[in-house]
Amino acid sequence: MDPLEALVAQIQGLSSSSADIARLHTILKQSDDSLRSNSSRLSPIFSLIDPSIHSLGFLYVLDAFTSTSVSNQQQAEELVPIITRFISGCSVEQIRLAPEKFIYVCKRLKDQVMLLEAPIRGVAPMFTALRKLQVSTEHLTPLHADFLLLCLLAKSYKTGLSILDDDVFEVDHPRDLYLYCYYGGMICIGQKRFQKALDLLHNVVTAPMTMMNAIVIEAYKKYVLVSLIRHGLFSTSLPKYCSPLAQRNLKPFCQNPYIEMAHTYSTGKVADLEAFVNANADKFESDNNLGLAKQVVSSMYKRNIQRLTQTYLTLSLEDIANTVHLNSAKEAEMHVLQMIQDGEIYATINQKDGMVRFLEDPEQYKTCEMIEHIDSSIHRIMALSKKLTATDEQIACDHLYLSKVGRERQRYDFDDYDVPQKFNI
Amino acid sequence: MDGDDDISGQMIDEIYANGGEETDQRSRRAIMSGDQLDIEAYAALYSGRTKIMRLLFIANSSKNPTVQLDALRMAYDEIKKGENTQLFREVVQKIDGRLGPNYDMDLSWCEVVERKAEQKKERLENELNAYRDCFISFQTNLIKESIRMGYNDFGDFYYSHGQLGDAFKSYVRTRDYCTTSKHIIHMCLSTILVSIEMGQFSHVSSYVSKAEQGTDPLDPITISKLRCAAGLANLETKKYKLAARKFLETGPELGSHYNEVIAAQDVATYGGLCALATFDRAELKSKVIDNSNFRNFLELVPEVRELINDFYSSHYASCLEYLGNLKANLLLDIHLHDHVETLYDQIRHKALIQYTHPFVSVDLNMMANAFKTTVVGLEKELEALITDNQIQARIDSHNKILYARHADQRNATFQRVLETGREFDRDVRSMLLRSNLIKHDYNIRASRKL
Repeated sequence: MDPLEALVAQIQGLSSSSADIARLHTILKQSDDSLRSNSSRLSPIFSLIDPSIHSLGFLYVLDAFTSTSVSNQQQAEELVPIITRFISGCSVEQIRLAPEKFIYVCKRLKDQVMLLEAPIRGVAPMFTALRKLQVSTEHLTPLHADFLLLCLLAKSYKTGLSILDDDVFEVDHPRDLYLYCYYGGMICIGQKRFQKALDLLHNVVTAPMTMMNAIVIEAYKKYVLVSLIRHGLFSTSLPKYCSPLAQRNLKPFCQNPYIEMAHTYSTGKVADLEAFVNANADKFESDNNLGLAKQVVSSMYKRNIQRLTQTYLTLSLEDIANTVHLNSAKEAEMHVLQMIQDGEIYATINQKDGMVRFLEDPEQYKTCEMIEHIDSSIHRIMALSKKLTATDEQIACDHLYLSKVGRERQRYDFDDYDVPQKFNI
Repeated sequence: MDGDDDISGQMIDEIYANGGEETDQRSRRAIMSGDQLDIEAYAALYSGRTKIMRLLFIANSSKNPTVQLDALRMAYDEIKKGENTQLFREVVQKIDGRLGPNYDMDLSWCEVVERKAEQKKERLENELNAYRDCFISFQTNLIKESIRMGYNDFGDFYYSHGQLGDAFKSYVRTRDYCTTSKHIIHMCLSTILVSIEMGQFSHVSSYVSKAEQGTDPLDPITISKLRCAAGLANLETKKYKLAARKFLETGPELGSHYNEVIAAQDVATYGGLCALATFDRAELKSKVIDNSNFRNFLELVPEVRELINDFYSSHYASCLEYLGNLKANLLLDIHLHDHVETLYDQIRHKALIQYTHPFVSVDLNMMANAFKTTVVGLEKELEALITDNQIQARIDSHNKILYARHADQRNATFQRVLETGREFDRDVRSMLLRSNLIKHDYNIRASRKL
C-alpha cells in the first residue's frame, strides 16, 4: 500500500478521541519528511479528509503541500481557498498541538494573497486564525503583525482596530511586538486615533533591546510626528527606562528632518513649518511620511486656534486669521467651524459681525454617563493594579530571577560582612 | 459748554491714569535722573580699580562722544595715580590723541613704574623665600605670620599691577598660613575683591560662605560687605530674588567702606529693582518699604524709592516713567547692564498682573491709559501673560474688556483625575509589557546556556 494512502487512512481513523489524536501526532511527526518529499502529489488528499474533523492531519498535509515554493498566480489561486477553508473549519484543540505549523501555514496564506495583490482576501481568515491560536486576548501571537499588515494593505483599518483594543502582555518574540505596535500605530494614524497610535509607537521606541533595528527607527520617526500632532510638542529626551541603545542612537538617525521639524514646530510659526516641510518633502516622501508631515502642519493651525480659546472670550474672525496666519477670515471661519464640529473647541460664530465667541467646556461631570465612565475607569485601574501585584509576586518567585539576584547579592554580602582590621588576625 | 467738557475730560483723564489726586503733582515734578549721567559725581562714589573699570565701561558702552571722552579722561587721571601700566596703555590707545597732548602716551612714567615694580617683586620674593626657609626649620607661628604677610603683599602687588589671576592665587595661598579668624576674613575679602574684578562670581559666593562660616562674630561692616558681594554674585547668576534678599540685608554701616566694589547708591538700585521684579506685594511691603535699614539706602537714590512706592501704591504710569528715565543710566552700570532688560520685563509683567488682580472685569482702554500704551499692544502683552498662565483671565476682544476667569476647581479636579488615571493605565500597561519582554529575553539566554 502506498504510504500516503496509509497515512490518510490513519488520519481518518485516529481523529476522534484525544488519545487517538496524540498517537496520530507522533505518527504525523514521523512521516513529516515523507510528506514533504511527496508534496506534489498531495492535492487529492484535501478532498478525502475533513478540516473540521481531521484538523491535525489536514494541517500536516497542508504544511507539506505549501512548503514547496509557490510562485505563480495560478497556483496561489488554487491554494488560497484551501487554506481559507481549513482556517475557518479547523478545530482549536487540534491545531494548538502544532502551533508552529499552523503559523507557518497562515504566513503562507499571507504570502499568497500578497502575490495575488488581493490582501483583503486574507483579512478575515487571518483574523479567525489569530483568534483560534490565541490562548487568551492578552497573548500576542506571531500572526498579529501579519494580520495588521494585511489590514493596512487592504485599507480595512476598522477591522484592524478590533484587535488593537485588546491589551497584550504575553509575547512570544520581541520582533512580533515591534511589528505589531508599528503596524498598529499606522492603523491608528489612519483612523486618526493619535493617542492610541502614540502609545503603540511609544512601546516600540522604549522596548528593551540589545541591538538597533529598522522597525524601531521607523517607529521613532512616526512617533515624533504623531507626538507633534497630538501634543504639539516633542521632547527629545526619552524616558529613563528606555534602553540605553535607543537613547544614544535614535536621535542621530532621525535628526534631519524629524527632530528639526520638532524644533521648527516649537517656534510656533506656521509659515516656517510649511516651508520646512516643503523643503524636505522628498525626505518625508522616501520615508512614506509626507502625509503625516502635512497633518502636522494642519494640526498647528488647530493648536493655535485652541490656544486662542484660552486667552480670548470673543475675537473677530479677522483677528483669528491674522494671529494664526490664515489667508482670510473665510478660511478662519472654516477652521473654527470644523473644530467646533469635531468637538475640539466650544464656540459660536456670529456671522453678522464676524465675531467668534469662545465658550467654556460644557461638561459639568454631573451626568450619569460621566459617572459610569468614571466608575468603569476605576474598575479598569483596580484590575490593572491587581495584575501588577500578581506580576510582581510572580517575578519575586521566579526561579531565574531569584538565582540572578542571589548571585548579585552574594557579592554585596561579602562586603557587608567585611570584618574590621583589628579582628582580622 | 466748553468749560464743562474740559472738566469732565480732565476727570476722566485722572481716573484713567490711575493716579488719584496726586497725579498732576507727580507728573509736574521734574525727574532728576532722566538727565544725563554726571560722570564726575558718579566716579567720586568709587575708589580703586573698580572706578577705572566703571569709567572704561561707560566709555565703551556710551554712544555719546563727550561722555566717552570725559570717562576716558578721568580714567587716565586715575590710572596715573596707580601702577597699572597695562591698563594705561589700553586707555591711551582708546583716547587716541583726542584729548590733546596732556593725555598722550607717557612712556617715561611707564618705565619708571615698571622698573620699580620689578625691584619690588624681587624684594618680595627674596623676603618670602627667606621666611619659607626659616619655616621649614623652625615651624613657629611668628614665621607663619610673616609668610602670610609675604603672600598677602604679593597679592596686593599683583592686584595693583592688574595681574588678577596671580593676585587671586597669592591671596588663596595665604590661607594655609592663617592663624586667626581675622586673617581668614581678610583672605576671604581679598579673594572676593579680586574675583569680582575678574568676573568669577562662583568664587565670590564660595568665599562669602567661607567667611560667614567663621566662628567669631563679625563686625557689622564686614557683614555688610559680605552681603553685598553675595548679592552681586546672585545678580550675575540671574538669581534675582536671592540677590534682592542679600542687598536688603545689607546694613547701613556699609557707608562708603566698600567703595572699591560697590557704592551705597548701587545697593539701593540693585536691591530695589531685584526686589520689585521678584517679590510679591506682601514681601515688598515688609522687606523693602518697611525696612528701616534699607530706607537709609533708598534715601540716597530718591528715584528708586519713588518708583517702589509708586509700584506699591499702584501708580504704574509714574513708576514706569521713572523706570524709563533711569534706564539709560542703568545700562551704563558695569554690573546691572546685562540684567536691565530682564528686570524691566519682569517688573512690567508684575505690574500688569497686579493691576488686573483685584478686578472681575477690566476695561482695556483704561488699562492701556494707565500703562501708557495702546490697546492693541496691551492685548498682545496680556495674551502672552495669559498663555503663560500668569493671569487667569480672558480677553473680550470685541468689547475690549478683560474678564477674570475663576477656575472651576471641581471640573478641573475631575479632568485631572481622569487624565491621571489614563496616564497610570498607559504607563502600567507598557511597563508590564516591557517586563515581559525582559523576562522573555532572559529566558532565551538562560535556555541557550543550558
